[in-house]
Amino acid sequence: MNQHKKQQSHPLDGLLRTDRIPHIWCPGCGIGTAFSSCLIAMKESGIDLKKTVMVSGIGCSGRGAGYANLDSYHTTHGRAIPFATGMKLANPELNVVVFSGDGDLFAIGGNHFIHAARRNVDLTIVCVNNFNYGMTGGQVAATTPLGAKTTTTPVGNPEPAFNLPLLAYASGATYVARWTILHTRDLTDCIEEAFLRRGFSFIEVLAPCPVNYGRRNKEKPLDTLRIYQEQTIIKNDAHPSELDIDFNRGVILGKFVDVERPTCSERYDDTCRPKELLEEEKAA
Amino acid sequence: MNPAVLTGEHFMTGDVACAEGALAAGCRFFGGYPITPATEIAEHISARMPEVGGTFIQMEDEIAAMASVIGGSCAGVKSMTATSGPGFSLMMENIGLAICTETPCVVANVQRAGPSTGLPTQGAQGDMLQARWGSHGHYEIIALAPSSPQETFYQTIRAFNLSETYRMPVLIMTDEMVGHLSERVVIPKAKTIKSVSRPRPKGRKDRFKPFEPGPNGVPPMAIAGEGYNIHVTGLTHDEMGYPDMTVEAQDKMMARLVGKVRRNLDDIISTEGYRLEDAEIVIVSYGVSARTSLAAVEEARDQGIKAGLLKLNTVWPFPEDQIRRLSERVKGFVTVEINLGQIHLEVERCACGKVPALLAGHPGGTIIPPDQVIETLKEGF
Repeated sequence: MNQHKKQQSHPLDGLLRTDRIPHIWCPGCGIGTAFSSCLIAMKESGIDLKKTVMVSGIGCSGRGAGYANLDSYHTTHGRAIPFATGMKLANPELNVVVFSGDGDLFAIGGNHFIHAARRNVDLTIVCVNNFNYGMTGGQVAATTPLGAKTTTTPVGNPEPAFNLPLLAYASGATYVARWTILHTRDLTDCIEEAFLRRGFSFIEVLAPCPVNYGRRNKEKPLDTLRIYQEQTIIKNDAHPSELDIDFNRGVILGKFVDVERPTCSERYDDTCRPKELLEEEKAA
Repeated sequence: MNPAVLTGEHFMTGDVACAEGALAAGCRFFGGYPITPATEIAEHISARMPEVGGTFIQMEDEIAAMASVIGGSCAGVKSMTATSGPGFSLMMENIGLAICTETPCVVANVQRAGPSTGLPTQGAQGDMLQARWGSHGHYEIIALAPSSPQETFYQTIRAFNLSETYRMPVLIMTDEMVGHLSERVVIPKAKTIKSVSRPRPKGRKDRFKPFEPGPNGVPPMAIAGEGYNIHVTGLTHDEMGYPDMTVEAQDKMMARLVGKVRRNLDDIISTEGYRLEDAEIVIVSYGVSARTSLAAVEEARDQGIKAGLLKLNTVWPFPEDQIRRLSERVKGFVTVEINLGQIHLEVERCACGKVPALLAGHPGGTIIPPDQVIETLKEGF
């Protein structure tokens, strides 16, 4: 009986809104694994969970905030980053993590992403990239590989995809990494590292969407994971310009950028605040 | 360093008065984006925020500005933005988020003539129905309309107080004329300024329901980082804040969101009457047009027409009852506004066909001259 009771609990229960389970994610979906890595990283990092906030946009990954037992905000489509920016600048004591998808963060929200990176707002961005719009039934995204079939590219995608780490690097992100949901340990370690550092951190997580993307591209769920294992190359410090996603050629994973520069709030205080006010605050 | 409340007599524009009113009300986060004729609000507050311990940020667009303001408010800081027509259009989606998540915030719209880029440097009052209905779905909104820099100062404070009391966005629907008009503004002593803060939760954190209404229909608000582990979503939600995709949940949430305004009309609506006691024709106006209407009332009286003015300080919610009562005893209404008939439609609706309701308006770029109001009065009555 006791044994049975033990099986009912999960090491992350404290961080999950268990009263909201079952979640909405489909069988075979990779978001749950990315989400769980994020929560484990949060727990292991030792950051003050009371001061930790999860912000999401709209979409399948955007439902993340709804399952985290933290102060959690499910905002509008594409606007998680500017919402999180306001929150972080208004109260710099908060640890703010944005958990959202590729469509949300890089199509409708792309402009916000590059500006938050440029400003080096102290945010941790976890982007689940499943190569399509899952919530609406599998439409083409800014990350869909050239030629891939989706419901709005029925004969193949005529557009090239974004290289997200390159975009993050070029915009000024101070920490950039990419893993797949098969590489959970590396992924978790990177998210944890991102939580513990200052500045704008970006972690791309490649994740399968078997129901909407895999099915239309003749890729069975296990095939996707096999590709993640066999067609990826771990190469830390690879130059972000090498990181285009082409599984036939091999997709590079790793940590690519880890540099320090003053955060948005630090620069604001340094540049704009009267010195006497800063001294008063210090004394207090 | 200047204090947050600049007590004393000043000569300032409506835009600067708006910024000073915000600081006096306790606003400490401003997410902005430049746009004529509202830019001076951001410019002034960008210089003032750092010295009062607040934060100013110029975001990458108005969508982001509005999102940042909601984020700032959820972090517990009184927050606002300011814009004009095109930016107001971009803010609509997140104004809806603030409505649905019951996040206090203030948006000033210094109106210019539209549609589209329109007349960027010239005023209008063409966004009044957008203020009411611009975000999708059915909701109630609060919108105030100042007609001088001094009123802008006080109405900005009132906007914050209403937004905090009812946990919702409050719009300051000013206009280019008032925004760019320099006049005497008296700022009182800090301790005489009434500043309201959102209701806060009490009791056990683990039993707290973030959207369970308090006595006036407004739920106490937990802010991020306090340990309540709240969930906040723009989806239809239950009292826990959890998404609930049922007709019943939609009914219940909407009844409360709409009800908290409709049940507190006496507190929210503010109007002023001028020579209304014996008036036979009532001019209904707001913002800069209420000022030109005052001259029209005097001129009409000189010509033997018994005119009076009903000035709307609160435009939304619309003072329906007041117009209905007046329609029982007057000969008619003339709405004076710089558009082709927006608040006019409301007046017409509330007059219920009992008496005529006319419009003295034009599509924007300048004020409505008192002569035009007199002409409308004479032609119509």
